[in-house]
Amino acid sequence: MSELDVAALGLRAVNERLQSVGPESNERVFLLRNPMGQHALACGLDAEIEVTIDGHAGYYCGGMNSRAAITVRGHCGVGVAENMMSGCVRVTGNASQSAGASGQGGLLVIAGDASARCGISMKGIDIVVGGSVGHMSAFMAQAGRLVVCGDAGDNLGDSIYEARLYVRGKVASLGADCVEKPMRPEHLAELDALLRTAGVGADAADFRRYGSARQLYHFHIDHAGEY
Amino acid sequence: MSVDQRALRPSASFPPEVIREIQRAADEGIYDIRGFGAKRRLPHFDDLVFLGASMSRYPLEGYRERCDTDVTLGSRFAKEPLRLKIPITIAGMSFGALGANAKEALGRAATAMGTSTTTGDGGMTEEERRASQLLVYQVLPSRYGLSPRDLRRADALEIVVGQGAKPGGGGMLLGQKITDRVAAMRTLPAGIDQRSACRHPDWTGPDDLAIKIVELREITGWKKPIYVKIGAARPYYDTALAVKAGADVVVLDGMQGGTGATQDVFIEHVGIPTLAALRLAVEALQELGMHRKVQLVISGGIRNGADVAKALAMGADAVSIGTAALVALNCNKPVHEDDYERLGTKPGFCQHCHTGRCPVGIATQDAELEARLEPEAAARRVRNYLTTLVLEAQTLARANGKSHLLNLEPEDLAALTVEAAAMAGVPLAGTGWIPGRA
Ligand code: SF4
Repeated sequence: MSELDVAALGLRAVNERLQSVGPESNERVFLLRNPMGQHALACGLDAEIEVTIDGHAGYYCGGMNSRAAITVRGHCGVGVAENMMSGCVRVTGNASQSAGASGQGGLLVIAGDASARCGISMKGIDIVVGGSVGHMSAFMAQAGRLVVCGDAGDNLGDSIYEARLYVRGKVASLGADCVEKPMRPEHLAELDALLRTAGVGADAADFRRYGSARQLYHFHIDHAGEY
Repeated sequence: MSVDQRALRPSASFPPEVIREIQRAADEGIYDIRGFGAKRRLPHFDDLVFLGASMSRYPLEGYRERCDTDVTLGSRFAKEPLRLKIPITIAGMSFGALGANAKEALGRAATAMGTSTTTGDGGMTEEERRASQLLVYQVLPSRYGLSPRDLRRADALEIVVGQGAKPGGGGMLLGQKITDRVAAMRTLPAGIDQRSACRHPDWTGPDDLAIKIVELREITGWKKPIYVKIGAARPYYDTALAVKAGADVVVLDGMQGGTGATQDVFIEHVGIPTLAALRLAVEALQELGMHRKVQLVISGGIRNGADVAKALAMGADAVSIGTAALVALNCNKPVHEDDYERLGTKPGFCQHCHTGRCPVGIATQDAELEARLEPEAAARRVRNYLTTLVLEAQTLARANGKSHLLNLEPEDLAALTVEAAAMAGVPLAGTGWIPGRA
């Protein structure tokens, strides 16, 4: 394992090192010490490496990640794993707003709570939140799955497209065009698999499923008041 | 009984087009969505003139004395700024709104001229990457098709905050243009009416933007210039805030800027004219001591070499063209007139990009229509047009004694109207008066 001291090396040097790991390199496991809430930590990675951040991270931690497995031992600022392509980002604490925003693939696991707009514009990412999510989560969510083991704030799934939402607790309110849908066996199976992969000990049978009513897919005057 | 024509008094408040729009609204109960840009008359570069040479300003010989045209964009922080041979770039237009042939033709023309072209909402296509030597990659609120791979194979990044045709509005692409390919690039079901977000999903305000810029620089190794594109809403403050947030280049789009599909009420009633916006942005840069250090690219109604030269004289480092480039491609050309008629319009009046039935194969995803735009010949037309713009701008610069287009300055200009004088900050012709200044 290679240890990198963020405070001593600075953001650029740390990211450059992580971004330049080649396929033949033996260095595959990294521990980042003293992250001090720095922004843009471990962003733009594109290698099958393991990166553990020992402390809190600022905005956009693991942003646009491809293939890497990143663990944050602490809390994360805005936009953790934003636009992730593949790989995995795990946060042991809480995450701020826009967690997993516009993510296209990979898995984001937040052990604690996530704030507003979790999974906004998600495009294929899977997000599993151990706690609750704030308002406007899964806003304009296009694809992928958002799993919330706690409660969801107001306007969950507003203007949702084809993403699938699973919530175990209470939903304060559903946003425009988002409706509860039946949990069929295939949904129980996919949720169960997702919970296992995320390492969250919850029973898929306790969740409800939400998704798009597909009523706003075409502009229609009778729906003008819905938006 | 014949009507006395003199008795037919037209109403200034209710001319025929207003009557028609009220009755259309009464029939349909929804706003009008259309393409193109603002159609109303606005103070513009036409309301400025160059003074030319005089006893105290020597002209340069046309064809004999050099008048250079190159410009470097993004030299503030980026390790690899863009070096353009001409100060005219192709503005961001999406694959989706435009067909692949149009995107390819624009890329080829820009490459031949040594300048850049720009992606749009919906991501980067292989055709335009291949065709464009210098490609600016837009990062938009929708984030459709955004990938780190494309960030890295772009030559510059453009964070889009707003667009001149609709500052504060998100994108629209109506279902008829969402083919399987467009849908796949955007991760959306084919055929739906697609609404792009108007705010970025993971940042709001200039402080967040500064952090977003750092992230994009970290992902691209601090090599790529980062542009921030703003619509002409509050350009003085937005320019200053973009500079503060760490932009290398500010792209400012005035209200005459085009669109593929937007509500008519938005196009015609939001934002300020390019002329006024440009002056405000230049003032902001000058006050910060950043004029020419953070480059300013202006767009919105640039049509000829005079517009280019006037924009540069007012302090822009480059101009960007969108609608005019489409017109060079054949937009609104009197060919296939039956197809214009089927859309309920005529060549010269077409604004039907949103329908996907573009008669000349530009703003369409329909294979049959798109075949009307042959990329090589279309690229040649855009190239000819850009060449003409450069020659015209050089002609004016030489007449003002300038050996580089960027040496043009406000004192080479006079305004023909009080409005233009006030907006552009140059004296009303025949006076030393700039309205609003002591
Ligand atoms: S000719 Fe084509 S590109 Fe031009 S306004 Fe009409 S639809 Fe749009």
